Amino acid sequence: MKRYDAIVIGAGHNGLTNAAYLAKAGLDVLVVERNPYIGGATVSRELHEGWLYSNCSYVCSLLRPEITRDLELPRHGLQVVPYGGGVTFMENGDYFASFEDHEAQLREIARHSVRDANAYERYHTDVTKQTRLIRPFLLRTPPDPTSFKPRDIKELLFLAKAFYHLGEETLNDTFRFWTMSIGDYLNEYFETDVLKAALAGSGIIGTALGVYSPGSAYVLLHHYMGDVDGTVGAWGFARGGMGAVSGALAKAFQSYGGEIKVAAEVSRIVVKNGRTTGVALTNGDEYHSDIVVSNLDPRRTFTVIMDESDLPADIVTKAKNFKIRGSSGKLNIALDGLPTFTGLDPNSRLMIGDMHFSDSLENMERAYDDWKNGTWSKKPYLDMVIPTQTDPTMAPPGKHMMSVFVQYAPPKLATGEWTDADRDAFGKTVLDTIGNHSPDFKDLILHVEVRTPQDIENEVGLTEGNIFQGELTFDQLLFNRPFPGYAQYRGPVQGLYLCGSGTHPGGGVMSAPGANAAREIFLDLKRDNLVPEAYADD
Amino acid sequence: MTEYDAVVIGAGHNGLVCAAYLAKKGRRVLIAEAAEIVGGASITREFAAGYSVSACAHLLYQFHPGIARDLELEKHGLELASDDLATIALASDGHYRRFSGSVVTGNGLTQKDISGFAAFHEQMTRYAKLLAKVAGRRPPKLIESDWHDKLNLAKIGLDIRRLGRDDMRELLRIGAINLFDVLNEKFTDELLKGALSVDGVLGAHMGPRSPNTVLAYLYRHLGDGFGTSGPAIPRGGMGSVTMALAAAARAEGVEIRNRTPVTKILCSAGRTTGVKLGSGETVEAGLVVSNADPKTTFETLVGFPELEAGFSRRVHNIRARGTTAKLHLALDGMPEFTGIDAIDSGARLVVAPDLAYVERAFDPAKYGEFSPAPIMEITIPSVHDETLAPAGKHVLSAVVQFAPYELKAGWDAAKKSFENTILATLSQYAPGIRDQIVASEVLTPWDIEQQFRIRGGHWHHCEFSLDQFMMMRPAFGATQYYTPIDGLYLCGAGAHPGGGVMGLAGRNAANEIVKREKTT
Repeated sequence: MKRYDAIVIGAGHNGLTNAAYLAKAGLDVLVVERNPYIGGATVSRELHEGWLYSNCSYVCSLLRPEITRDLELPRHGLQVVPYGGGVTFMENGDYFASFEDHEAQLREIARHSVRDANAYERYHTDVTKQTRLIRPFLLRTPPDPTSFKPRDIKELLFLAKAFYHLGEETLNDTFRFWTMSIGDYLNEYFETDVLKAALAGSGIIGTALGVYSPGSAYVLLHHYMGDVDGTVGAWGFARGGMGAVSGALAKAFQSYGGEIKVAAEVSRIVVKNGRTTGVALTNGDEYHSDIVVSNLDPRRTFTVIMDESDLPADIVTKAKNFKIRGSSGKLNIALDGLPTFTGLDPNSRLMIGDMHFSDSLENMERAYDDWKNGTWSKKPYLDMVIPTQTDPTMAPPGKHMMSVFVQYAPPKLATGEWTDADRDAFGKTVLDTIGNHSPDFKDLILHVEVRTPQDIENEVGLTEGNIFQGELTFDQLLFNRPFPGYAQYRGPVQGLYLCGSGTHPGGGVMSAPGANAAREIFLDLKRDNLVPEAYADD
Repeated sequence: MTEYDAVVIGAGHNGLVCAAYLAKKGRRVLIAEAAEIVGGASITREFAAGYSVSACAHLLYQFHPGIARDLELEKHGLELASDDLATIALASDGHYRRFSGSVVTGNGLTQKDISGFAAFHEQMTRYAKLLAKVAGRRPPKLIESDWHDKLNLAKIGLDIRRLGRDDMRELLRIGAINLFDVLNEKFTDELLKGALSVDGVLGAHMGPRSPNTVLAYLYRHLGDGFGTSGPAIPRGGMGSVTMALAAAARAEGVEIRNRTPVTKILCSAGRTTGVKLGSGETVEAGLVVSNADPKTTFETLVGFPELEAGFSRRVHNIRARGTTAKLHLALDGMPEFTGIDAIDSGARLVVAPDLAYVERAFDPAKYGEFSPAPIMEITIPSVHDETLAPAGKHVLSAVVQFAPYELKAGWDAAKKSFENTILATLSQYAPGIRDQIVASEVLTPWDIEQQFRIRGGHWHHCEFSLDQFMMMRPAFGATQYYTPIDGLYLCGAGAHPGGGVMGLAGRNAANEIVKREKTT
């Protein structure tokens, strides 16, 4: 069989990013993908005739602009259109609107509370400080704090310097922000329930934490640190669905001479004499390479496609203990027309933004309690968008596609595995939640795809259906991600690397882990580094 | 003409410690205490004729041995009726788990859990020793640091490095997360996990799944870092600790006035000039040290007009929601706990059958409701100390969680049903106990606020969690015992290192006062 310079397992956005950089450097690179299509969780799929669903990830912001520009993704077909705001519906029939325009936002908050509008100025300034702090670290390899190697010490000093420049008071605020719950943090600023609920959503999306769990304020930051065309914190739609992101990455990769094999499932990473020599596929094919890069999550990499006997014992324990909890579900819906919402003008620009149906922190925390008890939330937190208003190509003329992200749904129910009846009941809960605020919604439904965490695992390969490839808690962040001592993208076996969201800086369609892993490979191969430095735009 | 160098507000254990150390350094100190007796939340009180109990704090977990030595507390009358108490996790079927030091025993425990607990206990003790060093020093500033801070930071860094690579990595991994995940990684026995999780949530507005509970567990086990292997019960109840401290303070020349509430901390041009008493009298002093909680100190006694807006906001935002209630029972005999020998009834008894139970006990507290099935930490101090109850009779003292300070139904309306809930839970483990009750008393956080003058009824004055720890405690601007008001200092549980009858906040504050007042 053919010999490659590097094999990347999994054609998710990070695998493709990693492969693109390796190929750009002139390496002969093969990407193998289990599914008959590329993209991993960054896909557009026609699951109902005429409709394209971004059926996993659905909006875009975190993708590093350095990578977008460096790999010329726009030339390869990527276009991200910001949607600028959203709306949170209230049980009393009113709503709270979010606007990208600061003045408009203040006026809307003042409609609910003048005091909160004043506080929002402080909130916005304070959170922006945290965003600016974190952005330069995304395209860097975390230092090992127990190491005395010059490179680790240099990186630790870089980290220390960034913190030092904050000054004593802001540094104090930073430590508090990173360790607090989003609920407590918002309670310090605001009095209006719906405003707090609208802001808190970003603290729990994809996370097995509640709004009152310490550490959820950091998760909020994780959703704020992206940008669309330089507007930090903005989110947008990829034209053609999220598959456009992986499609552009794949085209970039292929333009550098890379090769992709789909429907090629890896059964095992081959290890001989303590180093990788290639991969074996389930169909019996073997491909050889001294470098194997896994885009799979750490649990799956070390416990499913590797032999325990090839690994140090502590790695297997760490992989089993790795927190990769399913907490999110997804509904993708084909609609016969555009639904209307109680209290919202059908021509309002808010229609194109994200919509939410939880109007208090208490409801959101109770939704988490349901998850803890092994059931889907009875009043779930939804992040719902209708991208066909921005990109009509994703559905037939006049028809619409709706994407509904659902927090929380457990990977396994208290009653056992998910059954079809459970899935239907879960879907009904979500449809009813939306139906409560949209009288014509249910009548417009043509097709619904309901995805439980178990479905996401089965289809995409994310363990437990965790969208971040591992919880974003302190035991799994920075130099602890995925495990202490293994945070620099190298596996415990020579020639093995990790490049997925299970590594620093974590999940979201960011591409930073893939690029960072490429930088480490260049270092080990003693080649020039092609991965760009973070922009000094902050 | 100033009679005193310093006025200490409140004769809680930290106030007494601070005053004694200041007097040792030659300061003339007055302690003004609002209550009839000294002791704050560390007192013994007769709650029914002939029955006395430690009215708030009821176990001596982590009193700092260096302070006991410096202040010669034994000479001043402190005697332990029992120390290094074992912990017993109760089971309604009698298959309990018994913890003593690094040893856990119980029917049906696997060898893996037994050896796993020994390793866990030893590792936690190594971390507790590290934390004990940090607790004994002023929390450092990181940027506007003086050479004391730099030295302290270097020491902390060195101590962490000295743990060795594996211990250091593990500390950096678990230090900021939750007990639920850590215990599930290490153990299989549900009762064992449930009981250990109590040490992470006791006195806190947190469940085992809440991140920060590992840190709270370490804090609870600071005593292990000081060299003990379990909590102690002082003879005569917790009041005898503060009585001994008061005697030590008086021996150093401190004057203590009971029934003397301070109503105002007097300030002039950003500097304190003394205090105003409830009687209308003014006591002048260049130094005022507050043992009161930070909210009471700044919001009530100083008042916002004297403070900058940003600092006022930070004080307002301090989280201090008590979730802990106290149950006191006078019993006309020894209660029988299923499966527990009479000899073990003097141990620290814990009701926390599994992790999910503890988490479910916490959930209602988030919504202003009390736990329908609470967790408890029970002591029967009269087993060790016959002075607390008539011959042959006993007193039971239990910490009960979760009971939120802000109860939606209101505590006046709900207190009776809460008491019934507690007794129903207790009866599952000691079936005959209801028939033995001679008298009972429940203290809700509301009562604790009223009786012990702690805003929010929180034992630690401020919630103990990472965002209110070290240089974040209690709030930026008052983290090194001194405050934005010149001459005003904090010495209570709201200051570093925090609550618990330990004395370090008082001692650290005294050291800081002596150092600063020399240089400024």
